[in-house]
Amino acid sequence: MAYKILKKEEIAPSVHRMVIDAPDVAKAAKAGQFIILRINEKGERIPLTIADFEKDKGTVTVIYQEMGKTTKQLAKLSAGEFLEDFVGPLGTPADIRKLGTVILVGGGVGVAPIYPQAKAYTRAGNRVISIIGARNKDLLILEDEMKNASSELFIATDDGSKGHHGFVTDIMKRILDSGDEVARVVIIGPPIMMKVGAGVASPYDVEILVSLNSIMVDGTGMCGGCRVTVDGKTKFTCVDGPEFDARKVDFVELMNRLAMYRGEEAKAVEKYEEECRCGLH
Amino acid sequence: MQELQDEKAGKVKKERTPMPEQPAEERKKNFNEVALGYTKEDALAEASRCLSCKEPKCVEGCPVNVDISGFIKLICEEDFSGAIEKIKGTNALPAICGRVCPQETQCEALCVLGKKGQPVAIGRLERFCADYERQQGVKVPEITKPTGKKVAVVGSGPAGLTAAADLAKLGHKVTIFESLHKAGGVLSYGIPEFRLPKEIVRQEVEYIKQLGVEFKPNYIIGRIKTLDELCDDFDAVFLGTGAGLPGFMGIPGENFNGVYSANEFLTRVNLMKAYDAEYDTEVRLGKHVVVVGGGNVAMDAARSALRLGADEVSIVYRRGEDEMPARREEIEHAKEEGITFRLLTNPVRILGDEKFNVTAVECIKMELGEPDKSGRRSPAPVEGSEFTIPADVVVIAIGTSPNPIIFKGSEGLDQNRRGTVVADEETGATSKCGVFAGGDVVTGAATVISAMGAGKKAAKAIDEFLKEK
Repeated sequence: MAYKILKKEEIAPSVHRMVIDAPDVAKAAKAGQFIILRINEKGERIPLTIADFEKDKGTVTVIYQEMGKTTKQLAKLSAGEFLEDFVGPLGTPADIRKLGTVILVGGGVGVAPIYPQAKAYTRAGNRVISIIGARNKDLLILEDEMKNASSELFIATDDGSKGHHGFVTDIMKRILDSGDEVARVVIIGPPIMMKVGAGVASPYDVEILVSLNSIMVDGTGMCGGCRVTVDGKTKFTCVDGPEFDARKVDFVELMNRLAMYRGEEAKAVEKYEEECRCGLH
Repeated sequence: MQELQDEKAGKVKKERTPMPEQPAEERKKNFNEVALGYTKEDALAEASRCLSCKEPKCVEGCPVNVDISGFIKLICEEDFSGAIEKIKGTNALPAICGRVCPQETQCEALCVLGKKGQPVAIGRLERFCADYERQQGVKVPEITKPTGKKVAVVGSGPAGLTAAADLAKLGHKVTIFESLHKAGGVLSYGIPEFRLPKEIVRQEVEYIKQLGVEFKPNYIIGRIKTLDELCDDFDAVFLGTGAGLPGFMGIPGENFNGVYSANEFLTRVNLMKAYDAEYDTEVRLGKHVVVVGGGNVAMDAARSALRLGADEVSIVYRRGEDEMPARREEIEHAKEEGITFRLLTNPVRILGDEKFNVTAVECIKMELGEPDKSGRRSPAPVEGSEFTIPADVVVIAIGTSPNPIIFKGSEGLDQNRRGTVVADEETGATSKCGVFAGGDVVTGAATVISAMGAGKKAAKAIDEFLKEK
C-alpha cells in the first residue's frame, strides 16, 4: 500500500505543502479532521491536519513545518514519490453550522487547519472574519486562499513586516470590543497561542473553540497517548477532538505532555542531520 | 476401554518432553522468542505419548475443534505435511495458536494423561507442525468455485482472520478492512516478539491473502465509511473489531508523563518497534517501571519494559497470585526473568515532579474478603497501609473495552452497557440484519483462541445466511 505525492512545494521557509493521492480519505474528509502518515517501514506515525481536499480528484493536501526528524525527512520527498501509509480522515469533524458571525484565528502553520474551516463556515452561510499571523511576512501562509474563503481577512506579524504589528489576538480583541455580535471564535496554532487567545476571549460572551495538537500514535482511540483533561475529565484528542471548548481545556497539562519526548526528538534530529551530511539520505 | 487406556497410560512417560528455551539471563536482554520449539526428535517423542483415545476429550477443549489425535498420529508416522494439512482443515493460524493459546485450560486440560501425569503437549506439537510447514513452504489449498457473494470483515485480528479464511475457502469474496497499517490486531500490536515473532504473524496473514482474501489497511470503518454503508456494499459483514479502548484507573496523576496505557506502551514497542534504534518511534525507557494489572497484557508489558533495560520492574495487582488471570507459564517466565510481584496492592495516586514527570506510585495494601455470589473474593483496602514505590514509567494494564469508533453513524446494532455488541453465542448474529460479530467486541477482552472460535462459528452462520439470501 502506498500513497503517491502528486505535488510538493515550499510555501514559506521550511513550511511545505504536499498534495497526496488518497481517494478514500478525500471522499470522507470534513473540515477539522486530520490524517496520520508514515513515510516508510521504519518511520513513525505522525498526525497532520487536513489543509484541503478535493473529493472528485481524490486528493488531500497537508501542510507541515520542518520540526523533527520525520518532518525534515518529509521535506526531502518530491512529487512522484510515495508515502508508505496515509490514514484518515481522523477525529470528529468541526461543528460547522450557520451561527452568524464567526472569527477564525490561525497562527503559524495553524493557518492550514483554519483554511478548510473558513471555506466550510462561509459555505454554511456565516460571516467569516479571519485573522492570520506569523512571526514575519515571509512565514505567512495561505494569504490568498484565506482572502477568498473569508468575508474579511486581517493579518498580523510579530515584527510588523506585514499587517498589524503584534499578535493575532490583538485584532481578535479589537473586534470583540467593537460590539459586533460574534457567535464563535475558533483559534488554532501553537498551544501557547491558543492558551493566550482563549484567555483573551474568555471574558466575552462568545463560544471559544480550539483544535489541540497532542502527541499521537494510532489516532483511532486505542492508546490514549493523546489524552487531555477537558472540564476535569480525561478525553482522547484523536476521537473526542481535536476540537474542544477552550475554556475547559487544561493547557498547562497539554504543553507538558507535548514536551514528553523532547530530548529523544532532539537526538533523532541530530542523528538524522549527521547522516545527511555523510550523504546517507 | 477406559481401563485399557489407563493401562497404556501407566506405561507412557508421565512427564512431557521439555521445550528448549532461551535461558532467563540471556533472554531478558533481547526480544527474541523465549521458547525455541521442538526438534523433530522432541516432536516424535512427545507425539508417541498420545493414547489415540477412541473418544478423545481434548478436541472438545479446543474452541475450533482441531482433530488433535488425528494430527498427532500423522506426526508419529513422520508425515508432518499430512499433520499440518489436518490442522489447517479447521485452524487457519496454527503457528500462532501453538504459541499463545492457554492450552492448560483448553485442549490439554481434558487430556486423559493429565489425570496421572502431564497431559500431551498439544500446543507444542501444533507449533512444531506449523513451523515445519513454514520451512518447507506453505501450500495453498484449492479454492472452491466463487459463489459471487461478497463479505466484509472489519478488523484483522484473530477473529477476523479466521472468519475471512473460512469464508474464502467456501468461495465467498472476502475483503478485510483494517484501521492500522499492519494486519493482525493484537497479534501485531499487543503480543510481544518474544512470545510471538511478527514474522510468523506476517506469514500467517500472507497465507490468508493467498486464499483470495483482499486486505485493505489504513481503512477505518466509522470514519471512511459507516457500518451502514458497508452493509449496502456487501452481502454480509463480520465485525471483529476487538476491545481496543484502554481503561484508565481514574486516580490522580494518571496524565503525568511516563504513564502509559498498556495498549500505547505495547503498540510503541511491538507495532512500531521502539526498542530498535533503527525505527523512529520513541518509548520512555524507565529505570523503575510499575505495571498495574494481573493479566497476560500486564506480563507482556512488564517483560517488555525489562527488555528495554529497566533496573526494576514491578507488577502491582490488587488480588493474590491465585487470582491472577494471566497464564501460569507467563507468570513463571516473568518470575524467572526477575519481575517483582507486589500482590494485594492497589495504586491510589501517581506522583510527579515539577516537570510533569512521574516519580512514584502511592499504593495501598489490600485484603481479600469472603467469596461473593460469583465465587470471587473481592479485595478491600487496608486502612492506613499506604506506601510509595519509586517509578519513572507506569503502565496501566487493567483491561480494555470495545472502541466506539466503529459504531459511529450506524443504526440498529444493539450493545451492552459496557459497549460490547450483543450477538448470538452460536452464530454471532447481531440485531442488525446481515451483520455478525465475534471475539473481544462481543465478549470484552478475552483470548486469541476464543476469538478464533467465534470467527469460525460466525463464518459458518454467514455461509448459511448467504445461501438463504
